[in-house]
Amino acid sequence: MLNFKIERTPAPRWAVVVIPIVAVLVTFLLCSILVLMAGANPFAAFYNFIVTPLSSQVSALEVLVKSTPLILTGMAVTFAFTAGYFNIGAEGQLYAGAIAATWVGITFTNLPGIVMIPLMVVAGFAGGVLWALIPALLKVKLKVDEVVTTLLMNSIIMFFVSFLLNGPWRSPVSGWPQSAEISDAAHFARLFPKSRLHIGFIIALLVVVIVYILIKRTPLGLKMRASGASLTGAQFAGIDTTRTMLIAALVSGGIAGLAGAVEIGGIHFHLIESISNGFGYTGIIVATLGSLHPIGATIAAMFIGLIGTGSQTVSRVLGVPVYLGDVVQNTLLLVTLAMFLLQNYRIKRV
Amino acid sequence: MYAVEMLGITKQFGNVLASDNVHFCLEKGEIHALLGENGAGKTTLMRILYGLYKADAGEIFIDGQKVEVTSPKQAIQAGIGMVTQHFTLVPTLTVAENIVLGYHDKHTVSKSEIEAKVKQASEKYGIHVEPAALVRQLSVGERQRVEILKALYRNARILIMDEPTAVLVPQEVDVLFESLLRLVKSGLSVIFISHKLHEVMAVCDRITVLRNGHVTGTVRKDETTQQDLANMMVGRETFGVSRQAKRETGKVIYTVKNLSANNKQGLPTLKDVSFEVHAGEILGVAGVSGNGQTELTQVLTGTLKPTEGSVSLGQVDLTQADPHAITEAGVGRTPEDRHEGSIGSLSVAENLALEDLDQFIHNGLLDQAAITENAKKYIDEFQIKASPSDQLRKLSGGNMQKVILARALCRKPKLVIASQPTRGLDVGATEYVRNKLLAERDRGAGVVLLSEDLDEIIALSDRIAVIYEGCIRGIIPTADATAEKLGMMMAGAC
Repeated sequence: MLNFKIERTPAPRWAVVVIPIVAVLVTFLLCSILVLMAGANPFAAFYNFIVTPLSSQVSALEVLVKSTPLILTGMAVTFAFTAGYFNIGAEGQLYAGAIAATWVGITFTNLPGIVMIPLMVVAGFAGGVLWALIPALLKVKLKVDEVVTTLLMNSIIMFFVSFLLNGPWRSPVSGWPQSAEISDAAHFARLFPKSRLHIGFIIALLVVVIVYILIKRTPLGLKMRASGASLTGAQFAGIDTTRTMLIAALVSGGIAGLAGAVEIGGIHFHLIESISNGFGYTGIIVATLGSLHPIGATIAAMFIGLIGTGSQTVSRVLGVPVYLGDVVQNTLLLVTLAMFLLQNYRIKRV
Repeated sequence: MYAVEMLGITKQFGNVLASDNVHFCLEKGEIHALLGENGAGKTTLMRILYGLYKADAGEIFIDGQKVEVTSPKQAIQAGIGMVTQHFTLVPTLTVAENIVLGYHDKHTVSKSEIEAKVKQASEKYGIHVEPAALVRQLSVGERQRVEILKALYRNARILIMDEPTAVLVPQEVDVLFESLLRLVKSGLSVIFISHKLHEVMAVCDRITVLRNGHVTGTVRKDETTQQDLANMMVGRETFGVSRQAKRETGKVIYTVKNLSANNKQGLPTLKDVSFEVHAGEILGVAGVSGNGQTELTQVLTGTLKPTEGSVSLGQVDLTQADPHAITEAGVGRTPEDRHEGSIGSLSVAENLALEDLDQFIHNGLLDQAAITENAKKYIDEFQIKASPSDQLRKLSGGNMQKVILARALCRKPKLVIASQPTRGLDVGATEYVRNKLLAERDRGAGVVLLSEDLDEIIALSDRIAVIYEGCIRGIIPTADATAEKLGMMMAGAC
C-alpha cells in the first residue's frame, strides 16, 4: 500500500490557462451521463455544441451576438472580483441599465443617432452604478456582506421592471407588458447583412480593452488587485481599501448596466421582462472560467455563447432538452472552482 | 505513584528541537505548573501528552501503565482533558449541547435529557454553568468553565490548562483558582501552563521550568522564590557577556504617551503605555506573546486606532494616523506577520512600489519601467534572491522578509518599527536582518524592536522595555538587564 501525504504548495503559473481547458473536458465527461440518459450520443451532442454553430457565417455571427452581453457582464464581475468585491448583482444592474437606456430611447425621440447612442450608453452605465450604490455603501461602511445584498437587489429590480411594464410603461398600442419602442435613431447599427450582430459587440470589445488597461496598467488597478488578494496586506501598505472597493463595486455595476443598454439598443428595442436570460449570473461563470483575466473572460464568454447557440441545435437535432446547455454551464462553474481550489495541493509519495 | 510520567520526550520540527529529552512527572492530586517564555516547549509537550503530536522519542506512563497516545480521542479515554487558550465551543449551540458533543452514546438526544445530565455534572464537580444558555451569549470566564466541565464530563482525571488566565479578568481568575483547588481535593490532577509568576506561586504545588525545549528545574513552591524561577526561565549565557559599550544617543524623536487600546474583540489590551525613543538607539520591547505586543504593533503601524493617549514623531501627531500618513511622516514599518502584511500574489516589484505609488505614475498609468528599476535597486542593495517579476509568495521566508525590510527602509525613515523581524527565518537571513537594523541605528534612526526572541532583544537593544498584560513594567538599559530583572518583569512579578 503506497503512503501518500497531501501538502499545500503554491499553484503553478500554467494552471491559469490549463485549468479552464481541463475543466471543459471534465464537464463534458460528466454531462455525457445526462446525454446518455436522454438517449443521445454524447459525441454527437458535443459536436453540435461546439462545431455546428461555427459551420455557417450566420450561425457564427449569432454566437457573437449571444456573447456580447456575456462579455460585458463578465467584465463587470471580473472587475469587482479582482478587488475582492463579490458582485452577484450584475443581473439587477443590467436591468437598471436597461431601464435607463429605454427611458432615454423613448423620451428623446428627436435627437439623431450620433447623440442618442452615446446617450443610451451613458444612461445604461449610470443606471448600473446607481443600482450598485446601496450594497456598495453598506459593505464599506457597515461591513454588510455584499453577496447577500447584491443578490436581493436583483429581486427588487425585477419587481420594479414588472411594475413599469404593467403600469406606466405598458405599451398603449398592444396592451402587452412591454414598453414603447425606442426611437429609430436609437437603434444600434448592424454590422453585417442578414445578421443581428450590432455595434454593441464593438462596444463590448472596447470595454474589454478599457478594463484590461484599468486593472493591469493603472494605480487603481494595482490597488484593486492588492485589496482583492490580501485586505490586511493592502491596508498595511497604506492603501485606502474602502475607497478602492467602492470604486470597484460602482464601476462593476456600471459595466453591467451597459450590458442592459446594449441589449435594448441592439436586440430588443423595447423593455421587456426577458431581455436577460440570466446574463448577470452567467457573467460569474465567465469571470471564473477566465481566471479573472479580461482576455480569458472574453474567450470564456464566447465559449459560453457557443454552447448557448449549440444547445438549441442539440435539442432540435438530438431531442435532448435545451436545458442541457444550462447544466453544462453551471457544471463548468463548479468544476472550475473545484480545480482552482485543488491547484494549491500536491500529492506526494512518502 | 505518579498520575503522569513523561520520560525522555524528544520532538523535532524541521531543524527546531522543540523538546529535548524532557522528563516531566505529575503527582496525583497536585497542581503542577509548566513555566517558560515563548518557544520554551510547554505547549509542545502538552500536545504530545494529549495525542496531537507524536514524540520522536520517549515514553509516557499514565497511572503507572505505559500508553501510546496517538490521538485526542485516546487521550480522553485515558482520562486526560485539555482546555486550550482558544476555545473549541460552537457559539450557536447551548452549553449542554456543546458538552455532550461527540460524547453521547445514543443516536437521538432529547434536549431535556442532556440538560439534566449536564446539570448533574455541574453540581457534582461544583462548576457552575447554565445548561440551556447559548454559548455565544456567555462571557469568556463562563465559556472557560464550559470547557472545563466538558473535560470533566468525559471523566478526565488529568486536566491540562494552557495559559488559562490569559483571557480572564481578575475576578474570573479568582473563581478559576478556587474551582481548581476544590477539584484537586477530590482527586483531579492539574497541569497549569503559564508564564505568570505570581499566579504560579499562588495556586501551584510544584513547578517545572522549561527553556529552549529542555527542563531547567523542577521545584516545590515552598522551596523556591520568584527570583529563582525568573532566573531558570530566562537565564542564559548572553547575560554574562559584556555588551557593546554604552553609546551616546541623540535627542528624543518619538514619544508614546498613555497609550491605551482594545483588541479586535473589544477587550482592553494596551493599558497606559508610555515610552520614548531617541535618535540612534534601538528600544527593544520584550515580553511573552499575548501581552499586548500585537496590539502595540498595530497601533504604531496604523492598523488599529487607540482609545486613549498619543503618539508623536517630532512635532507630527500620529495618534489617529492611517498607515499611509505614518509612512509619509518618516516611519518605516514591518508587519508582525509578513504573510498578512504583504501581498503574496503580486510581484516583488509591485510589493516594493505599493507604499509609495505616487512616484510611479506617469500620465495616469503605472510606470512599469520605473517600478522594475526601483525593484532592481533594492534587490541589489538588500541582496534579495529574486527577480522583480517573481511572485512574492514564491520567495523563501528570508527573502520575503528582505523585501518587506527594503520597503520599510527605502525612504531612509527617521523611525523604524520592526515587529518580529526574524521570526521563522534561517540563520543567514536572521543575521542579515539584525545587521540591517543595527545599520539603521548607526545612521541615526530610532528603532522600536518588538520581538518574542529575548536573545535578539538583548543582542540588539540599547534599552529594553518589558510589556506584561498590556502595561510597560519597566524600561532599563540593556547593560543593567539581568535574567532575574527581565524574567521578573516578563512574568509580572514586580
